[in-house]
Amino acid sequence: MTATASTTPVLKHPLDDLIRTDRIPHIWCTGCGTGTVFSACLNAMKSSGIDLQKTCMVSGIGCSGRAAGYVNLDSFHTTHGRAIPFATGLKLGNPELNVIVFSGDGDLFAIGGNHFIHAARRNIDMTVICVNNLTYGMTGGQVAATTPYKAKTTTTPMGNPETPFNLPLLAWASGATFVARWTMLHIRELMDCIQTAILKSGFSFIEVLAPCPTNYGRRNKEKGLESLKLYQDRTIIRNNADPADLDIDFQKGVVLGEFVNRERPTCIESYDRTCRPKG
Amino acid sequence: MKPAVLTGVHYMTGDEACAEGALAAGCRFFGGYPITPATEIAEHMAERLPEVGGTFIQMEDEIAAMASILGAAWAGQKTMTSTSGPGFSLMMENIGLGICTETPCVVVNVQRAGPSTGLPTMGAQGDMMQARWGSHGHYEIIALSPSSAQEFFDQTITAFNLSEKYRVPVIILADEVIGHMSEKVVIPRAEDIKLVSRPRPKGRKDRFRVYQPAENGVAPMPDAGEGYKIHVTGLTHDERGYPVMTVEAQAEMVTRITRKITDNRGDIIMTESSMVEDADIVLVSYGISGRTSLAAMHQARAMGMKVGLLRLLTIWPFAEEQIRALAERVKAFITVEINLGQMHLEVMRCAEGRAACHLVGHPGGTVITPEDVLARIKEVYK
Repeated sequence: MTATASTTPVLKHPLDDLIRTDRIPHIWCTGCGTGTVFSACLNAMKSSGIDLQKTCMVSGIGCSGRAAGYVNLDSFHTTHGRAIPFATGLKLGNPELNVIVFSGDGDLFAIGGNHFIHAARRNIDMTVICVNNLTYGMTGGQVAATTPYKAKTTTTPMGNPETPFNLPLLAWASGATFVARWTMLHIRELMDCIQTAILKSGFSFIEVLAPCPTNYGRRNKEKGLESLKLYQDRTIIRNNADPADLDIDFQKGVVLGEFVNRERPTCIESYDRTCRPKG
Repeated sequence: MKPAVLTGVHYMTGDEACAEGALAAGCRFFGGYPITPATEIAEHMAERLPEVGGTFIQMEDEIAAMASILGAAWAGQKTMTSTSGPGFSLMMENIGLGICTETPCVVVNVQRAGPSTGLPTMGAQGDMMQARWGSHGHYEIIALSPSSAQEFFDQTITAFNLSEKYRVPVIILADEVIGHMSEKVVIPRAEDIKLVSRPRPKGRKDRFRVYQPAENGVAPMPDAGEGYKIHVTGLTHDERGYPVMTVEAQAEMVTRITRKITDNRGDIIMTESSMVEDADIVLVSYGISGRTSLAAMHQARAMGMKVGLLRLLTIWPFAEEQIRALAERVKAFITVEINLGQMHLEVMRCAEGRAACHLVGHPGGTVITPEDVLARIKEVYK
């Protein structure tokens, strides 16, 4: 075989067209799970066949909130906790847009918790992907609304006295039409799941467990690789599980899968039917 | 089904006039949250927007309302929200995002007396400095203040035009009295209303830089979904919209987004002068207090006192040049406002000691009467 242009190795990642390569290297630490979730999301966006020119990513603030800055699409990096209400305006302002919110547990469920439940209740047609690393990684590892009971963080040096949210239960109770949980280790399932969520009309929510060895793991005697072992050994795939049984407890085993997939008119469908003049 | 522009003569409240002004300006998205005395604007938009092809949503709080209008603005819509003091405080976070990301939108504050919950149903003008400096960091803002229902209609259109032209959130500082008072409002024919739309990008999409400014300092703005692959962030950013954490990038960005306002002061600032030519005393006022002051001015003139009125239609940027020029030849300014001295401080700053500066102020809950102003004029005139 002779060396021609066609056989010259091209060092191009298959997702390069979806990444702002001029912004690489990214900020994520060694062992962080966010990048894996991000690439699963990009793969799912591609394989879903949606019009990417009409697709926007919206993030809040935090480590995973930086995803919007790396995706080579219309992308919005908003204020802390406000990705969902911003995305609500974006979607209602132009219903043709596909809107994906990619952010973290602190952003979406502490400061932004109120916005999450209301967007789910309204059934805004968007996909919300929450990278849950159990902590505030960007600010150095403080307690989050998702931090396990007794876990150590910089603001719970004696252990977390509070109980964390069960995020799929919250999403289900708030009215989300698609609810799932995976870990960043379950990459195939995660990609398929994100694709399903993107193509699903209505408010879709996927929680993705991802390690933060730098700011959570090291204070809780859990190395990055050990987190992955937990994801492999201490998880149970149980689709359609009762959302009430989805507390995160690796001692008992953490349930993964697709828990909710139901039909409900979207916010826009309902608004058009209820509020627009007939005829 | 009514058209977007209700051409004709109406009897309506200031709040309704504001909503009709927004529709006439092309506003097709409103994200709101109920609050006295601004609720009627949201109610009117909820009824009217769906019939003109727009969308109304009542969000879960004012933080979300403000975020939603930014999102919808990037979807290509002209957008508005309305609120009063407590909600205005909550909106400050995303007003800052709107400034940093140069997102056109209109924020209406129908002021009531504060601080905190204050006097919810009673008017005040206590948020003047909050409009100027309420969000963190250094920035420039545009704020207008109407003195009548008609002016509330007119200024809402102006607010949209300025926000589109300069890509900045524009604030309307109305007050409870103007919001709730019913009076005559004349709505012109649609073709007689001058509308401005945000500058649009031209040329190759792959070479487009989302924050590369044109000559007036304002960058063209595409809509999401047009294929420009824009990145928009509240972090300090460069012309590509990319975050850059350097002193130089901060200086360049903040200088540009402030200078696009300050360099165009002449285009933005509107004032109305009455009988200032020969005046010894000039009243400086705005909003409902501007009407009080006009009555007081006429009463003083009838008594032979040379009193004029400078009514501020634009609050921010402040009418510095006008005050400086007047300070050269008048004996005194009397600022009339329903607070204990906010714009008064601006008048003092610009008078630079060349004319005496007095205040007729009130902490809020009622209007300042012409008699209050006249009494002060008599004291100062001695």
